[in-house]
Amino acid sequence: MELLGLYNYWAFAVVLMTGLYAVITKGNLIKKLIGLSIFQSAVFLLYITMNKVDGGTAPIVQKGVTDQVFSNPLPQVLILTAIVVGISTTALGLAIVVRIKESYGTIEEHEIQNLDRDS
Amino acid sequence: MILTNHLPALQVVVPLLVAPLVVLMRVRGLPWAVATTTSLVAFAIAVGLTNTVLDSYSVTYEMGSWRAPYGIELHVTSFSALLLLIVTAASTLTLVAGKQSIDTEIEHDRQPLFYAAWLLALAGFTGIVVTGDAFNIFVFMEIASLASYVLIAAGSDRRVLPAVFKYLIMGTIGATFYLIGVGLIYMMTGTLNLADMEARIHEVGELRPILVAAGFITLGLILKAAIFPLHAWLPLSYTYAPHIVTAFLAACSTKVALYVLLRFDFLVFQQNLPAHEVQFTVFLMPLAVLAILIASGVAVFERNLKGLLAYSSLAQVGYILLGASLVSVPGLTAGLMHMFNHALAKGTLFLAVACLGMRFTRLGLVNLSGVARQMPWTMAAFVLAGLSLIGVPGTAGFISKWMLISAALQEGALGVALVAVIVVSSLLAVVYIWRVIELAYFGDPTEASQLANEAPAWLLVGTWVAALMNIYFGIIPSFPLSLARESAASLLQHLP
Repeated sequence: MELLGLYNYWAFAVVLMTGLYAVITKGNLIKKLIGLSIFQSAVFLLYITMNKVDGGTAPIVQKGVTDQVFSNPLPQVLILTAIVVGISTTALGLAIVVRIKESYGTIEEHEIQNLDRDS
Repeated sequence: MILTNHLPALQVVVPLLVAPLVVLMRVRGLPWAVATTTSLVAFAIAVGLTNTVLDSYSVTYEMGSWRAPYGIELHVTSFSALLLLIVTAASTLTLVAGKQSIDTEIEHDRQPLFYAAWLLALAGFTGIVVTGDAFNIFVFMEIASLASYVLIAAGSDRRVLPAVFKYLIMGTIGATFYLIGVGLIYMMTGTLNLADMEARIHEVGELRPILVAAGFITLGLILKAAIFPLHAWLPLSYTYAPHIVTAFLAACSTKVALYVLLRFDFLVFQQNLPAHEVQFTVFLMPLAVLAILIASGVAVFERNLKGLLAYSSLAQVGYILLGASLVSVPGLTAGLMHMFNHALAKGTLFLAVACLGMRFTRLGLVNLSGVARQMPWTMAAFVLAGLSLIGVPGTAGFISKWMLISAALQEGALGVALVAVIVVSSLLAVVYIWRVIELAYFGDPTEASQLANEAPAWLLVGTWVAALMNIYFGIIPSFPLSLARESAASLLQHLP
């Protein structure tokens, strides 16, 4: 039961590996990037899971309330930054894929390799 | 003076703020001038910080006056000073010398963006080195990496695109692994400040997540540092990147990742995980040995000049790691010295390549046959740096290899085997450098190399300054040596 109670961490591991699997096995460059995004999202889940405190609410100080339990806001801030980094990476990756398509005429990995071998 | 108190922050902030301004500069030559000046300022700041560190051991700076460990703390030690000097000097020298090479490779209207990416890369690398905050390292690592992808993708050969795509995928996986590790440590200790982490980890009774974190962080940084067998992104990226970009990145990018690796493993994990130093050696020494032997072996058969030097870089990263994996003060000192000396040698070699690149569109070894008759100064600088790479006495490379061998010999029978590895790999280095020299000096001139004339004077001067530094630090190594000694001693202070 204890193991099942940690279902958020199970989800993290499954999503992480799904993403990594897509990155490794897919030959289409766009699919690789999708896999990479899934891979990164898993880490967001890890951080967001750890900030939750049982019964905790948003960390806003209210007048007269002294016994309130707060969730930890720091991981949320960190992950906001990590999401921005993830978006930049995906954007740059897509830009490179566009240029690959322009100069090779394909976005399939093995076709690119064949073209390179011939030249 | 008040300004000097802010040097750790200015080191990062100056290039970071100038980068977006450079994008707006449309006057020909201006982006280069501004980027070079900024890089020079960054170098001056690094020199200033080094002076302070040599006087007072370490400098801390509280960002926005938020008290550590709550705020982000910048922390400059002798180890960071060594890296700062490598990064800023490499950037400045390559920019000053490389204007003409960049002009031929990057169209004029793309240059503002190119120089902006360069400054972002500089800000990222220096940021990783000065910060004392684990998450901050991740952010700067990604700034540096994203900027590096852009710089590499500026290469004119289309094969650079799949190469940089591969680098992007692998670099991101590495950074994400690092992020997972940092998350696990934060989960257990509630802190992101490296100094605070050192103190708090052993309060944690359950060490399993920390152990997993150590695995993730080490693996992620091994990917970033291109240590065998996770090096696949490096050779092609370096081969097809613009020549000056290769010179800059080869001198510093993998070393910065190694810096983070050593800092985490020796300062954060060492005193908290049982027998960590043994695991460090058992896991990383075989990788270092394999990297040294296999990469040197591949370099011998490589047909492209830049590819050859890129594989040689992988072997040199192996040397640095081998020094560190001895986990002794002499070994680590040798490794750190090799960081400095390899940056010198490889920077010079790639600057010489940039000289050749001014006259040749293809840098296959066969194309360069007989080139030394037409470009004697370029090839002489190449030979000088090649000797330093091999480790001939009188050059910088000799100092660190000698130190590495004497450190290995203190390890008994294992040490003798390691010395054999170093000697074999040095002989392989002789072979692959000799291949280039033989073709350039004794090969029949090809059509292209008969038409080639000596590289532009300015680029040549930069190459020679770098080449002569190889000799200077080979004869008078006391300055980098004192930094390396102090860094090694402080990194290994927790050793039982």
